[in-house]
Amino acid sequence: MRVTEGIGQSAPRLEDDRHLRGKGEFIADIRLAGMRDLAFVRSPVAHARIRAIRKPAGCETTVFTSHDLVGVQPIVAVSGLPGFKPSVQPVLATEKVRHVGEAIAVCVASSRAEAEDLVAAVEVEFDELPAVVDMRKALTSETRLHDHWDNNVFLETFVQVAAERFDEPAPIVVRRRLRTARQCMSPLEGRGVVATWDRRLEQLLVYTSTQLPHIVRTGLAGCLRFDQARIRVVAPDVGGGFGYKGILLPEEVCAAWLACHLGHPVRWIEDRREQLTANGNCREHDYDIALYAEADGTLIGIDAEAVVDAGAYSAYPFSACLEAAQVASILPGPYAMSAYRCRTFSAATNKPPILPYRGVARSGVCFALEVTLDAVARQAGLEPHEVRLRSLVPAEAMPFENVTGKYFDSGDYQECLRRAIAEIDLPALRKRQVEMTGSLRVGFGCSIFCEQAAHGTSVYAGWGIPMVPGFEQAIARMTPDGGLELRVGIQSHGQGLETTLAQVAHEVLGIPLASIRVVHGDTALTPYSTGTWGSRCMVMAGGAVGTACRELAERIGRIGAHLLQTPAHAVRVGGGIVTGPKGSVNIAEVARTWYLRPQDLPIDVAGGGLEVTAGYRPPRDSGTFSYAAHAVVVSVDTELGEVRIIDYVICEDGGVLINPTIVDGQVIGGTAQGIGTALYEQMAYDNAGQPLGSTLADYILPGATEVPEPRILHMLTPSPLSLFGQKGIGEGGAIGPPAAIANAVNDALAPLGVEITELPITPERILSAILARAA
Amino acid sequence: MKAAPFEHICPTSLAEAVALAGEAGARVFAGGQSLGPMLNLRLAQPRLLVQVNRLPELAGVAADADAVTIGACVTHSAIADGAIPDIGHGLLSRVAETIAYRPVRNRGTIGGSLCHADPAADWVTVLMALDASVRLQGPDGARSLRMKDFIQGAFRTALRPGEILRAIRVPRLPASARWGYEKACRKPGDFAHAMAAVFLSPGRCRAVIGALGGKPVILEDDAMSPIGATRALEDIGELDQARLRMQLVVLDRALAKARA
Repeated sequence: MRVTEGIGQSAPRLEDDRHLRGKGEFIADIRLAGMRDLAFVRSPVAHARIRAIRKPAGCETTVFTSHDLVGVQPIVAVSGLPGFKPSVQPVLATEKVRHVGEAIAVCVASSRAEAEDLVAAVEVEFDELPAVVDMRKALTSETRLHDHWDNNVFLETFVQVAAERFDEPAPIVVRRRLRTARQCMSPLEGRGVVATWDRRLEQLLVYTSTQLPHIVRTGLAGCLRFDQARIRVVAPDVGGGFGYKGILLPEEVCAAWLACHLGHPVRWIEDRREQLTANGNCREHDYDIALYAEADGTLIGIDAEAVVDAGAYSAYPFSACLEAAQVASILPGPYAMSAYRCRTFSAATNKPPILPYRGVARSGVCFALEVTLDAVARQAGLEPHEVRLRSLVPAEAMPFENVTGKYFDSGDYQECLRRAIAEIDLPALRKRQVEMTGSLRVGFGCSIFCEQAAHGTSVYAGWGIPMVPGFEQAIARMTPDGGLELRVGIQSHGQGLETTLAQVAHEVLGIPLASIRVVHGDTALTPYSTGTWGSRCMVMAGGAVGTACRELAERIGRIGAHLLQTPAHAVRVGGGIVTGPKGSVNIAEVARTWYLRPQDLPIDVAGGGLEVTAGYRPPRDSGTFSYAAHAVVVSVDTELGEVRIIDYVICEDGGVLINPTIVDGQVIGGTAQGIGTALYEQMAYDNAGQPLGSTLADYILPGATEVPEPRILHMLTPSPLSLFGQKGIGEGGAIGPPAAIANAVNDALAPLGVEITELPITPERILSAILARAA
Repeated sequence: MKAAPFEHICPTSLAEAVALAGEAGARVFAGGQSLGPMLNLRLAQPRLLVQVNRLPELAGVAADADAVTIGACVTHSAIADGAIPDIGHGLLSRVAETIAYRPVRNRGTIGGSLCHADPAADWVTVLMALDASVRLQGPDGARSLRMKDFIQGAFRTALRPGEILRAIRVPRLPASARWGYEKACRKPGDFAHAMAAVFLSPGRCRAVIGALGGKPVILEDDAMSPIGATRALEDIGELDQARLRMQLVVLDRALAKARA
């Protein structure tokens, strides 16, 4: 029985019971006595000065503007990178609005509908300004988003290594202009906040749908100028995050302020229109990239310029620079090369702030690099995987420091790609392509990438953003009945951490999973943590839980040794028991003795008790590197521009897998989102900065009929840097699909002389490219 | 988003419904699959909603030798499930089962879809191709209109104030008739971006192209050739080259289905 519950076992998820029965508690399930609803007056224009805001008559105490929020500080997310310009984001707009949907006023009523009635009655006069919409034009635009800036650039970065190689002729030079679309992260549950003032504790209690409860508390305290102990932030059940909930929201600050001043609880539940048109976006990149290669396709180097559309404000805590800074450091992908040059711009535009989305910059980087690599392959006369095998870092070189100083901890990238390709009968496909006539074409594409995860103090200190992860802490404490409670500062919102962290504890102590509870997402109950982001939890919180449980095992051992009348060094703790030379005692008996029969123990045994707080930092905090190869076969209807995915293979190496089923779920879910990036998702804006969609009828998400079941292969190369050899795996699924699918589409379209270089790959784009080529 | 305040009345007779629908600021509400979201987005802010889908006058189905007459509030699901008489070749059932998703079909009605007159609605295009007619009940009595006269543009119909669509009369298909229906959607059940319904019978051939920015384009007999279709689509002047090509391809495929 117990052997099915530890590391490497696909234990059923403990949290599924309540979720599958609809018994979870999400923000919108919380009902507090006297609670009233909030709705926000949002800007209908992208860029304007506010001339006047007029509250409806008699609504002085139910409608609030920035003038009312006395003492509230704006949100400012700085970066320590040289030249970074922080924006000042008022929680309610002051003199200017900088994107459609920016909050201008907040209305309080006994229902959301009535609050929206108030919203409709608030009058705002604007002096409209020209909107800065396109990121490339933003770089040179005379119109400034932030009046005191000298341009619309949050940050420009430049890095070069052996760039003189780009002055010499190379046998192959391929240059491409590539673009990815602005996307709206779309968790099933939107954001939401319930705020109330606890009179007994004299404490602000904020329930919010967040990935980062401790960071939200820090940020809230700054905006409200509160002592942090006066604020408790609770993330209840959270219905997906993906980065969308890795932010301090203006709405959270407003709700918190109102709860402190109105004498009753308030709540704001984001609706789908706010999610799509008003709140943070992601992914919008523009690349000018050149690959230099030898005649046989071996990479010499990458010379690139990338622009990231960072939107109007630097979001707290990840800032407006994280995306572009990541681009500069990860563009070389999993490849070895000697030369590298990359300039990046984080452009400010009149759109909502950009946030890091699952895979952060990697999805765009992988698309830019891998699509261009396929062009190198065509020029070198090689199959796509052959050109990659020339330059992928070989297993014997691991650990490997790449051209930007990334430290690849372990793995066999080449074998990973070979295994994925072997699952596709490429020779048969090539034969079929030659034989196919008519409008339907098939194509093959692949991509390979590595995913840095759980990177820690040294990496984030370099970026100097408001949040730098240090030691991750966990509390492991036994209950008197022999159960185990784990308290962690991260937040589990779909990752299954209530199960996998329990599996880690089970691995160390052998306590049955059913007797282990994971407490998370509550600043009052858990140790400080920067939260759930960057695929860090299994490495960091898993490491902390493992470390705490090992210390707990020591203490259990000392008590157990006394009960067994044997020296402490002679016992072993595991499998739920303390084993000595002549017998064993159940861990539950140890707990019972410690808590309920202390008279049975001498005074010098384990005075620290059966409660341990332990911190974990890996010996080297440059991160684990999981990696994966995606191989896909598509058909393209060249008359209608429609793409169908026929086969999808993923070979993934996440090191030691704590729970393989959960890892597969992460890979499948990420792949679904990657398919959205590749083929469907785009929030377009017109020249005035108006979003051209406000419902899920306009913003197309892939659904069950668009997402094939991928065939997933695993390699299990342990990381030398983590406690159990595990690697962060949460984002990879979303990274590979845009590149692999674009390459497959381009392979299918190659006989027509057509290449797609912009995401998403819509029927219009394909057909327009075919028609343009034919003309 | 939540709807702006409105009054909601469920009349018990068509006469009462017609009287209410004639009031200022009234909107007729059936399955609510289009008007519901519009209310919530506050794109529609009627003073009064007149709920008609429990009216017996709008629920029935009648069949004679020439036609099947379908009550306006018959749901897409009922049609998809074959709960009404077949006009021939299972046509209506096969069209209905491609409308949106099952939960939408369960509540959405054929009459509601026509009155909403979304250019991408399946019934707007298909019923025009079948030369169906609509029976309207108004304060001044009843009248009938052919579909091509009823649909006047995107979200525009010939309904007068207080008039309610009571039923749709769909001619039976001649035994020798052939039909084809084709649409291009990003996802099954999603709004189509190209759509064509083709109806072929001896002496009478008609194709209707929908999912345009306005009223569907009707092509009859010789005008159904690729040249004729191209000219008709170019005449409306709203399609870029890619969209034009998609419509022509979809028309071609609908024709191929009809001729298969």
